[in-house]
Amino acid sequence: MAAKEFDIPALPTYIEIPEINEGIMEGDGPFKSSEEFQDPLGFPGEKVDNWQELAIEKMGELKSKYRSVQVFLDSCVKCGACTDKCHYFLGSSDPKNMPVARQDLFRSVYRRHFTFAGKYFPKLVGAKELDDKMLDDWYNYFHQCSQCRRCSVFCPYGIDTAEISMAAREVLDVVGVGQKYCNQILGKAITVGNNLGLPEPALKDTLLDLEEEIEEETGIAVKYPLDVKGSEILLITPSADFFAEPHIDGLIGYGKVFHQDGVSWTMSSYASEGANFGMFIGSYDVMRRAALRIRKAALDLEVSRVMVGECGHAWRVAYSFWNTLTGVGAGASDEFGLKLQNQLDSRYPQPQHIIEYTHDLIQRDKLKFDKSENDDRTVTFHDSCNVARATNMGGIPNGQFILPREVIKAVCNNYVDMERSTIMESTFCCGGGGGLLTDDLMEIRIKGAMPRMQALKEVEKTNGVDTLVAICAICKSQFSKVLPKFDFDPYMIVSAHQLVSEAIIMDKPQTDDSASEEAEEVTE
Amino acid sequence: MADILGAEVDEEGFLVNLGDWTEEIAVEMAKGDEIELSEEHWDVINFLRGYFEEYQIAPAVRVLTKAIGKQFGKEKGNSKYLYSLFPYGPGKQGCRFAGLPKPTGCI
Repeated sequence: MAAKEFDIPALPTYIEIPEINEGIMEGDGPFKSSEEFQDPLGFPGEKVDNWQELAIEKMGELKSKYRSVQVFLDSCVKCGACTDKCHYFLGSSDPKNMPVARQDLFRSVYRRHFTFAGKYFPKLVGAKELDDKMLDDWYNYFHQCSQCRRCSVFCPYGIDTAEISMAAREVLDVVGVGQKYCNQILGKAITVGNNLGLPEPALKDTLLDLEEEIEEETGIAVKYPLDVKGSEILLITPSADFFAEPHIDGLIGYGKVFHQDGVSWTMSSYASEGANFGMFIGSYDVMRRAALRIRKAALDLEVSRVMVGECGHAWRVAYSFWNTLTGVGAGASDEFGLKLQNQLDSRYPQPQHIIEYTHDLIQRDKLKFDKSENDDRTVTFHDSCNVARATNMGGIPNGQFILPREVIKAVCNNYVDMERSTIMESTFCCGGGGGLLTDDLMEIRIKGAMPRMQALKEVEKTNGVDTLVAICAICKSQFSKVLPKFDFDPYMIVSAHQLVSEAIIMDKPQTDDSASEEAEEVTE
Repeated sequence: MADILGAEVDEEGFLVNLGDWTEEIAVEMAKGDEIELSEEHWDVINFLRGYFEEYQIAPAVRVLTKAIGKQFGKEKGNSKYLYSLFPYGPGKQGCRFAGLPKPTGCI
């Protein structure tokens, strides 16, 4: 189908604040969800008649339930520190993509209905009514926010636009104005067990195919176990790892590391998804329904460790929410959550990131590498926003920046970082996060990728960087689409564990069916 | 809602009722993308339809490239070849022509 024509931003030598173009990103927003996709999540199938009343009621509920939302709405002093920090503003020049302006779409309605001044003197305090135009603006501009939280790093009050964006999307869903991409995916995640809707037979065959391929290539029988009861580790990875490129080469890498370590591990066909789009739409309830599949799988498979593959927001949900949602980690109080807490081995981090696992093995000299296998590459690392700004790794300050880099440097000789103000806590989003990775949002995805592409272009010119590493399924897919728009090779984006896979020396003596033998040992 | 040769399609051009698919519809969809379907295209489309019939889902990219490589020669068993046939991606464009639902997720 013919896509809408738009200008692809030029890459400047350094990022400048663009001259503003009011309304340039106005529009209808992404495709709307229909009853078919709204219904399974418990949302109305279309915009309801009393939508205004319902929306205000929901806003009131959210402001009481999440104190953070109210604090963020009350405390902005319009200092302007955030204005030039959003990749979507920098790439699109639409002033409504300044974080403060995006927040104000929601804040102005909050003021009108929930503050004294806004109720009686709306014009004096910028309070506005929630009318059709405002709701349309919400839908459009809150789907031009990837909830990356870069702006919040620079806000002197720590206001988190992502939370406001999540709240706005939740209100939209409740009145029947949902986004097709996220809600269709969530329906599959909570019924089939993964975002793709990949049923068990297809998953099983895909994994068998992968085993065959690795054995053909390396002569080593690396296994991809599915639903093996009594395994030590349950791996929860984004389903894109089974399905897409370059993701699958990362999955190959995980398997090789598990093989070398000799640990017993499994995936689950019931909970075959790390990504949890419930966070993107701001619905705690839907996020919980998706996460509970993981708890059930962990209990049924009697595993003692739960591990997360390369997926940005999966790690945020796992790191920050799984404890109370599911009992993976401390804090759950319900019967099954407590049961799982007792079942999991407290000597290991629960949950643990695959990078933490590989890093630990490297630290303990359990893995050997031939780094020269990656000598044809000069590598840089893209910090994925949810990992960078919402989680930690390794239990040390800044571990989420240190560990992935140490893993990469352990397996390749040529590594350089991009410009400091575009990495680590200040990383620029890939442009496709937060539920925006859909073709109908291609314009904002490409424009929003500009700041990341600019930094990448600089290290390409200066250091000859030809490989971009990410540990997030969305980043990987987004980059393979947008890289060619900025004159890069789309195949330069790889998984961290693809580099591991290429350098790892597979010298473990081969045994027959070692996984199931060890699995039995664990259960004894 | 839009239609192609009388068969209803969604806003992204995918068939609403998968049973409506005919070869003519595939040809018409390809025409809309300025592609003339060659024998190589049909090899992929037929594989996609066969796989879908068995598993009710499109194949993973690696499964597809491997199968195409096995059947039609190693030089064709890679995603670069498939992208040369389906510039919008074998998953998305290929599935649409083949009358399969759109693959969803972080892909």
